[in-house]
Amino acid sequence: MAGGPRPMTRLAVTLLCLVVVLGLAAPWLAPHPYAQQIREFTTTAPQPGFPMGLDDLGRDRLSRLLYATRVSVLLAPAAATISILVALLLSALAATPSRTLRWSLSLGNSIFLSLPWIFLFIILRAKLPLNTDPVVSVTLTFALMGVAGWAVPSRAFTASILGMKDAGWLLQARAAGLKPWRIATSHAWPHLWALALAQFRILIPAYVLSEASLGLLGLGVADPMPSWGNLLQDLQHPDVVQANPWTLAPLGLLVFVMICLEVLAPSRKVAL
Amino acid sequence: MKPLLLLLPLVLSAAGPQQLRFAIQGDPRTFDVLMAAESNSETVRYLTAGVLVRVNRTTDVVQPELAESFLVKEAGRAITFKLRPGLQFSDGAPLTAADVERTLRRALDPQSGSPTGDTLRAGDAVPAITVAGPREITLRYKAPKPNIDRLFDSVGITPATQAKLPTSSGAFFVAEYQPGSFVLLRRNPHYFKRDPQGVQLPYLDSIRLDIQQNRDIELTRFERGELHLINKIDADGYANLSRSGTRHATSLGSSLDSEFLWFNQAPAKTLPDWKHTWFTSATFRHAISAAIRREDMARIVFKGHAHPAVGPISPANRFWVNASLKPLPTDAKASLSELTKEGFTLREGILRDKAGHPVEFSLITQAGNRPRERMASLVADDLKAIGVKVNVVTLDFGSMLDRIAKSLDYEAALLGFANVEADPSEEMNVWLSSGAQHAWWPAQKTPGTPWEARIDQLELNQAAEATRAARKKLVDEFQKIVRDQEPIIYLLNPDYLVAVAPSLKGVVPTVVPPQILWNAEWLRLE
Repeated sequence: MAGGPRPMTRLAVTLLCLVVVLGLAAPWLAPHPYAQQIREFTTTAPQPGFPMGLDDLGRDRLSRLLYATRVSVLLAPAAATISILVALLLSALAATPSRTLRWSLSLGNSIFLSLPWIFLFIILRAKLPLNTDPVVSVTLTFALMGVAGWAVPSRAFTASILGMKDAGWLLQARAAGLKPWRIATSHAWPHLWALALAQFRILIPAYVLSEASLGLLGLGVADPMPSWGNLLQDLQHPDVVQANPWTLAPLGLLVFVMICLEVLAPSRKVAL
Repeated sequence: MKPLLLLLPLVLSAAGPQQLRFAIQGDPRTFDVLMAAESNSETVRYLTAGVLVRVNRTTDVVQPELAESFLVKEAGRAITFKLRPGLQFSDGAPLTAADVERTLRRALDPQSGSPTGDTLRAGDAVPAITVAGPREITLRYKAPKPNIDRLFDSVGITPATQAKLPTSSGAFFVAEYQPGSFVLLRRNPHYFKRDPQGVQLPYLDSIRLDIQQNRDIELTRFERGELHLINKIDADGYANLSRSGTRHATSLGSSLDSEFLWFNQAPAKTLPDWKHTWFTSATFRHAISAAIRREDMARIVFKGHAHPAVGPISPANRFWVNASLKPLPTDAKASLSELTKEGFTLREGILRDKAGHPVEFSLITQAGNRPRERMASLVADDLKAIGVKVNVVTLDFGSMLDRIAKSLDYEAALLGFANVEADPSEEMNVWLSSGAQHAWWPAQKTPGTPWEARIDQLELNQAAEATRAARKKLVDEFQKIVRDQEPIIYLLNPDYLVAVAPSLKGVVPTVVPPQILWNAEWLRLE
């Protein structure tokens, strides 16, 4: 490992960067405006000028996929980051000697896991003015997803932190007179980092798919703005997929990104 | 020919039990035919409830059923029914005028909360009921009751005791119910009706209503031959069936249903004054209407299985539609020209009113309803051409209803009506300015505009007229006003699409509910 990252890791990083760049450069790369309706050619197969065909409203699928990548590739990881940060902060309570705090953490966790969050999103949509800018609406939705999603990773972090309490290296560190923050940053954090990265990878597709589900409640990314979530909604209709296989492209891109993230994870672990 | 027909029962019995299978989208909430209020219960009601008269769904003529004859008298104030001799419930118990009286009194009792009773009452007044012997019964209202005979098409006669699975007076009775799975109806062995050869109806031995919420699975099961019919399929399902080559899907032409949008004209606090001024202007509404390309909508959203709507009554409703009204042409230039006369100006692609406010509004529609989401997208794109910005917002149905009926916190909405009756009185609560469903400004204390006052007058007068011809004149004028004012901008009348297996015979499809099932006692499987 001393020779630097493995080739696979380099490739994964390169490809992920490429996806991010493609998304960010969508306004320059997209051959057509994402909302432009060419009504003479609805649900059309790939053809010159439209390499991925047109959707049921005559919109260029490639342009929409590029713009969708911009939305999803930025917001889903951002929401996952919020969840991980909130979860790490709250899970740190598990390391305190106070039983009340630990009990409160456990209780809060259980409550958050059992709450029907969908109603919170419905209330959010009901409270937002109808003419709210779609960018503001989608940012708030992802932010709320991020805050509401802390409980699942928090369980894993809490279990890990409690497991560290009896670890030999911790006793050794304490015996050596290290201060708690030093133990946390130099010794505990490297253990939690791999776990945080794994949770991060799990949350990204979960949030992309959650956004697709929220779209059914009018809470996701509003039409005509595309996102991976609302492009994936086409997959609810097997007949459409069968007749138009290129509708699988957003799913392919999502799986591709997930594989890249998966490749990155072991290299981190080894580097530790 | 006759000897062959006489052999029909033998042929049917030789072919094994005749079980018709189709799907309903959820559990029926009740088997009490007087309490049916949602579509699943109403399907069971239609198949199991014996009624005094039945409206023939193809000819629109009221025909005797349990009643041998009926007579409307006293200028539409009273109706007398004479029952057929020897009528029986499905358990063999006799069915007499006393059963009819008890049914009517139960329905009319406000405590019962029966939707059937709501249609029978005249406001708060309950009609007088007189029984003259075991076969004759008369209802008498204080004032003429419009469509007095047609009302009884939905009044199922019930037995004295209401069991969990009640006995029936109709062609079938509920024999078994597995919640979440199926409802099994069996033929009523005491049903009065016979075919011309004297064979007792219904032909079918049983009907199995599978409870299946997922329409894609319903379609797959139909293709596999597990279901014999789909009483309503969407344009995508229709296209799939046509593609798969099974070719059992049929279009019945324009349905009674309509898709439309409207602007909030209520003096809501959430609506800025200038937007209220736009929305209450008939010129503004006409201009918006003229800029919408309905033909594209029909072709793209409904795969060609819809037609541009003319007004509140679908052309499928041949008697009541005002045939002199024709679809408006789409003309964005004319639309802009009209708006210019009102002081609107188009600058740098943005339409602005006299005060310089850019014309922008939100259009709410039902989330998850793909055709409506698509229609809203097309409307937004069409209006972009005249410089109007439309923000499409999809909401869950509950939130949407709350906004359009209670809080009135919205600007424009896109929805549709699924009409279950051809009679225009069915929509009276939409058109009366005091109505809770008066879309653009519900529950007004007094009509907000002279044309709304005139609509109120026409609606009430047509309901009080005894003859259909006299009512038609008033209904025609009502349609003309709606067309002139466009408080509701009608978009499309979707076609009614059904799927029927080739083995199902005796089908006489119609766009009036319950479409394929309306003559269920005559259906048979081969």
